[in-house]
Amino acid sequence: MTPIFFLLFAAVALGAALMVVLQRNPVASALYLVLAFCSLAGLYVLLHAPFLAAVQVIVYAGAIMVLFLFVIMLLNLQKDVEAGLHRAARRVFGWLLGLVLAAQLYLLLRGPWGLGPQGQEPAAAVHAAGNTQTIGVRLYTDFLLPFEVTSILLLVAIVGAVVLSLRKGEREGVEEAP
Amino acid sequence: MSWVLGDTVPLTAYIGLSAALFLLGVVGVLVRRNAIIIFMSIELMLNAANLALVAFASYLDQVAGQVFVFFVMAVAAAEVAVGLAIIVNVFRARQTVYVDEVNLLKG
Repeated sequence: MTPIFFLLFAAVALGAALMVVLQRNPVASALYLVLAFCSLAGLYVLLHAPFLAAVQVIVYAGAIMVLFLFVIMLLNLQKDVEAGLHRAARRVFGWLLGLVLAAQLYLLLRGPWGLGPQGQEPAAAVHAAGNTQTIGVRLYTDFLLPFEVTSILLLVAIVGAVVLSLRKGEREGVEEAP
Repeated sequence: MSWVLGDTVPLTAYIGLSAALFLLGVVGVLVRRNAIIIFMSIELMLNAANLALVAFASYLDQVAGQVFVFFVMAVAAAEVAVGLAIIVNVFRARQTVYVDEVNLLKG
């Protein structure tokens, strides 16, 4: 059963990702990206990572894409209309470079590649202990320092976003960035 | 492709899908000129890397890979907040988000 679901989610993810690139309308692009993220969440479930699947839907498909849509609609962008040689050149070179990267990735995947050491946490054991609980325990023990650094990163992002979104007149009292 | 009728999906299939998604992200960055769509393509690349991490975590029986993905998501959220604020600021200054029309630094 699993391969069928894998193929389904993979096809939806690839198709949606392709439409993100091809769509002229930014809103349609954003909605296709939501679809791609949701099918990735499905793949995470197939990979025995239900916690990440939930976070993927809530954080990516929910929060991040709402932010994207909000900005697209705030800026009231029209459809991307650009004609002439400039656009043709960009498209040709873009897809050409993509083809080169595709060839490299294909050679890399086809060639012999080894896997690292096998861990001691098979999916069944993690499921028995609770996927979310296992991740939480690891987060607060082995990965405590990165976790704290992430919180500082988020704080910096909040401050940065607030400072960036101030208008010129409202910056009184706010030091101008050097 | 004999695994289609079987019970398990090989790791190579997941890594191949991850590579394909990353590739589409790269092409999106190269082909499009709308800064917001370029940004979405970058998110696509981050997600491709996430898929590879989760696949390896699952096939190597290590939960650490899933914790990495959690961190990547946190970084992506922070990146989106700051990046979109920058894009809004560029739009205020130049009335456009097309990257080829924002050429103040062009020599």
